[in-house]
Amino acid sequence: MSVARDTSLIFRRQVRQDTRNPVWLLIGLSQPILYLAFFGPMLSRVLRADEGRTGSAWQVYVPGLLVQLALFGAAFVGFTVIADWRTGSMERMRVTPVSRFALLMGRVLHDVAVLLAQSVVLILAAVVFGLRAPLAGIALSLLFVALLTCSLSSLSYGLGLAVKRETAFSPMLNIATVLLLLLSGILLPMSLAPSWLNDVSRLTPLRYLVDAIRDAFVGRFATATVAEGLAVGLGLAALSLAAGTYVFCRENV
Amino acid sequence: MAIIKAEGLARTFRTRGRTVEAVRGVDLEVGAGEIVGFLGTNGAGKTTTLRMLATLLRPTSGRATVAGADLRRDPAGVRRRIGYVGQGGGAHPDALVGEELLLQGELYRMTRAAARERAASVAGRLGLADLLDRQVQTLSGGQRRRLDIGLGLVHSPPLVFLDEPSTGLDPHSRRELWHHTRRLRDEWGTTVFLTTHYLEEADALCDRVLVMDRGRIVIEGTPEELKRKVAGDVISVEVADDPAPAEAVLRARPEVLALAVDDRTLRLTVARGEQALSGLVQALGGAGVRLESIQVRRPSLDEVFLAATGHPLHADPPVPPAPAAAVPAGLADPADPADPADEGALGVRRA
Repeated sequence: MSVARDTSLIFRRQVRQDTRNPVWLLIGLSQPILYLAFFGPMLSRVLRADEGRTGSAWQVYVPGLLVQLALFGAAFVGFTVIADWRTGSMERMRVTPVSRFALLMGRVLHDVAVLLAQSVVLILAAVVFGLRAPLAGIALSLLFVALLTCSLSSLSYGLGLAVKRETAFSPMLNIATVLLLLLSGILLPMSLAPSWLNDVSRLTPLRYLVDAIRDAFVGRFATATVAEGLAVGLGLAALSLAAGTYVFCRENV
Repeated sequence: MAIIKAEGLARTFRTRGRTVEAVRGVDLEVGAGEIVGFLGTNGAGKTTTLRMLATLLRPTSGRATVAGADLRRDPAGVRRRIGYVGQGGGAHPDALVGEELLLQGELYRMTRAAARERAASVAGRLGLADLLDRQVQTLSGGQRRRLDIGLGLVHSPPLVFLDEPSTGLDPHSRRELWHHTRRLRDEWGTTVFLTTHYLEEADALCDRVLVMDRGRIVIEGTPEELKRKVAGDVISVEVADDPAPAEAVLRARPEVLALAVDDRTLRLTVARGEQALSGLVQALGGAGVRLESIQVRRPSLDEVFLAATGHPLHADPPVPPAPAAAVPAGLADPADPADPADEGALGVRRA
């Protein structure tokens, strides 16, 4: 009971911070919109090479953009926890009886809410550009966005609080996000890749989410790809939350 | 009645393969309603000890009872009953003053209504009532500090820890802070345990001072006791003309432990200034010495610190911790002073 209340207190505090700096929410959204406008139109030509596919280029590309949005929106949240550590506001909360799990969960749920809202905006913009996809598929894609955000933001907070230095945290993130971006098939479907690259890509969790959302966007729900995506998404979220919780609950942070 | 009782509290850090003993077995007892100060240089282990007592750091060994709860077995019980104000404070720069006070009360599991009431009452006490709608980053240093302290008091704890509360404040704000700290105890009976590296502050504010050096408490007592124990009192005698006759008289007195002459001023050390004074004045008068002035002075805590630790206490404020973001990677201090847990490591590097 008290954990739920604590979580809601932290969640609302994070939302209040956003309302004071709304410009960051727009900046986070602007990147995928730019990709949509300046990169998306080229895809319809490129994807002709990928004969096996059904659906328009937008149905292939927007799922990637959704994952990209979640990747860059959630991976960097750890910086805020470093700032909270430095200003002492983290310590000031840790010395109260507040649940330490709630200190993490309130933040994570805030990020999930923000990313879901941004995803809806992105999908609406894509519809303007020409995306057509079944509503159920879009709803399923939002579930994947929520799972991915939950995973990445838990990991980012946990790592941020463990490292506590921007100078160490920043290079780790850069490497991780670029690798995930390239290997997940966000930009182009991995079916275009040579087989060794395709195999490497299968080692990264995002690959399964991107493929699953692509299936959902063309209305194929009962596929092994969707099932795999759900399994990977749920498993990753559970593991990441556990790791983040471990760091937040350590007695000596 | 003891509100803090610690035995053999110790903390060891492992950094880069080296073991650093930041705190090496601290025994201490603080009575309810006392204002007790931890005095020491940076790196002496003050903050580490405070963080252990406030459940923020697990002791490597030793045990303690804090506000009636066992530190190791019931840290949640300790947290409910103490307030803790860290070195950097804890208010978020973007948040509103009122919001922070209200949230803190709710984090202490008060109902929203109760938290609102307490926030208003704490704000009233600390002179923050007109600032509730202001953003924290727009406050002056003194206002900010009062808010930090208010955050530690919203749940009316019987015991509050203040880590270097006056660091970085101008003299006026510092005196104001002392005033508020005394009121905490005098009007609400709150026990205050603070750390400081200002002798002046320990002297002016604390009922009892624990001097800490290199992870140990080296001496403790009331400021008065400490001064008496270590150095005796200093009497300055200024004579109207040649100091030689006066010097001859004073050197012959058994209660004079030491004597120094500086122009027409004679400085003598005695065990108890007030008691020695009348005898000395009579002897000087009997020898026909004409006095300009005479003054009894207690030794400062500076001398106490020097005598107890063998090195002087630097009265200058320490270099403020620079945010690591502003430090180029190559120049980043391996023991970042922004991280209080590194305090012990700093001490060792100094030594």
